[in-house]
Amino acid sequence: MRGGRTVLSHVSAAIQPGEFIGVFGPNGAGKSTLLHAVLGLLRPSGGAVRVFGVQPARGNRAAGYVPQKRSPSMDLSLRGWDFVASAYRGERWGLPVAGPAGRRAVNRALEMVEAEALAARPLGRLSGGEAQRLLLAQALLGEPRLLLLDEPLTNLDPHFQQAVVGLVKRIQKSHGITVLFTCHDVNHLLGAMDRVLYLAQGRAALGTVDEVITGGVLSRLYGTPIEVLRVQGRILVVSGQGAVEEEVHRHDV
Amino acid sequence: MFEYDFMRSAFLAGGIVAVLAGAVGYFLVLRNLTFAGHALSHVGFAGATGGALLGIAPLWGLLGFTLVAALGMGLLGDRLRNRDVAVGVILALALGLGVLFLSLYTSRAAGATAILFGNVLGVGFDMLWNLLALTVLGVLALAAIARPLLFCTLQPDLAQAKGVSLRLISVLYLAIVAVAVAEAAQVVGVLLVFALMVGPAAAALRLSSRVGWGIGLSVLFAVLETWLGIAIAYLTNWPTTFWIVALSAGVYFLSVPAGSVLFRD
Repeated sequence: MRGGRTVLSHVSAAIQPGEFIGVFGPNGAGKSTLLHAVLGLLRPSGGAVRVFGVQPARGNRAAGYVPQKRSPSMDLSLRGWDFVASAYRGERWGLPVAGPAGRRAVNRALEMVEAEALAARPLGRLSGGEAQRLLLAQALLGEPRLLLLDEPLTNLDPHFQQAVVGLVKRIQKSHGITVLFTCHDVNHLLGAMDRVLYLAQGRAALGTVDEVITGGVLSRLYGTPIEVLRVQGRILVVSGQGAVEEEVHRHDV
Repeated sequence: MFEYDFMRSAFLAGGIVAVLAGAVGYFLVLRNLTFAGHALSHVGFAGATGGALLGIAPLWGLLGFTLVAALGMGLLGDRLRNRDVAVGVILALALGLGVLFLSLYTSRAAGATAILFGNVLGVGFDMLWNLLALTVLGVLALAAIARPLLFCTLQPDLAQAKGVSLRLISVLYLAIVAVAVAEAAQVVGVLLVFALMVGPAAAALRLSSRVGWGIGLSVLFAVLETWLGIAIAYLTNWPTTFWIVALSAGVYFLSVPAGSVLFRD
């Protein structure tokens, strides 16, 4: 339930540790809501959410999170290191001093996202892709076992999009982190994701790309006839009225 | 100039006030809340004149009104965004109330100028202790919340996900802003608290890419601008407030090109 509206219902899905899950669906289908439930920010009105076997509490330390909304501070002359460090145990009272353990954690997170060179640069001078790497570094502070990325590819140029996906894939592989990656276009995550979680009309389907991105499954989810076309290794989802993800595929053509 | 009691008091008062104003101002600029500070000081005007009417020192009237207004602003939070008209109407109402209180209290019209434009040369030794206590309290409170405050400011959505209450932090911070505004009004007046709370902090943000240095630089600018302003005013006989505001603006305008040179790629 979100704002009195039921966004997802009768959704049952189990994700294995270490999996890279692409979460898709039209706007308002509940992608962000799902992530908020995993973070413990929302309680399901029925049923249960379990993360590593426990009900997630607000401030879940096991989960790293990249919010969908861009940080309001990205035009500042503040350097990248300080921006990342602000998220290290930022919920504690006291002075914003990282301490030796905090400095190590920040440096390690920057190393994981290959952003050591960005640490000294002011936020206002970073490209969208570079800023996204710092957000990812913040999410990785405290070495979470689960990484929740809410639309990290929005507003990025195509080659930066591929770079972010590749980076997340490398981190998932090398550290065995479970990844939930919400995205508009299935094609961005082809080759990176292990399975697909597709949300539409309050319903959901979980499986491999070949199992879920099919005319039959998507028609059932959307409740209207849907066709899936494969063109030169790319996937196009179209309904009788036209492309389902029209706005998204526009820049692909 | 240090042979006069009132000059020594002025330097002490200005320094004490500037420390808190500089530190609080850094986050004010970082949070894009500079107009909230301005709004609080306008509301404070009604408090200061109302206090005078009741025979209370303007500082306490100011503090009472700014604290209540800060609480209201903090609780309303995001709902105040894009409500410029409503905020403007309330500000005008506060200033209007201040004028009413002044007219009811006709015996000291000179007090109005001091409240509006500040009178650091008129701060007595007893008031110094009050200012010192408020600064110590404000700095301690700011030190206690600085970490979650910075987190909420730079990454509100992530901070919320980590269990930080944005509203609680916002209310606590605005209460500290209210104290800083009430103090700054003693030096530069309610109309010009920008000079102490925004000017030094904005310059510091342009000149430093680190949070710690930025706060330090902001405090340093605020203190130096205040002291230098008092000293030049003594030599020139022009108003102290004018010199502090002029120095604040000068440092800010110099920081803009200096910052671009410092952070050129």
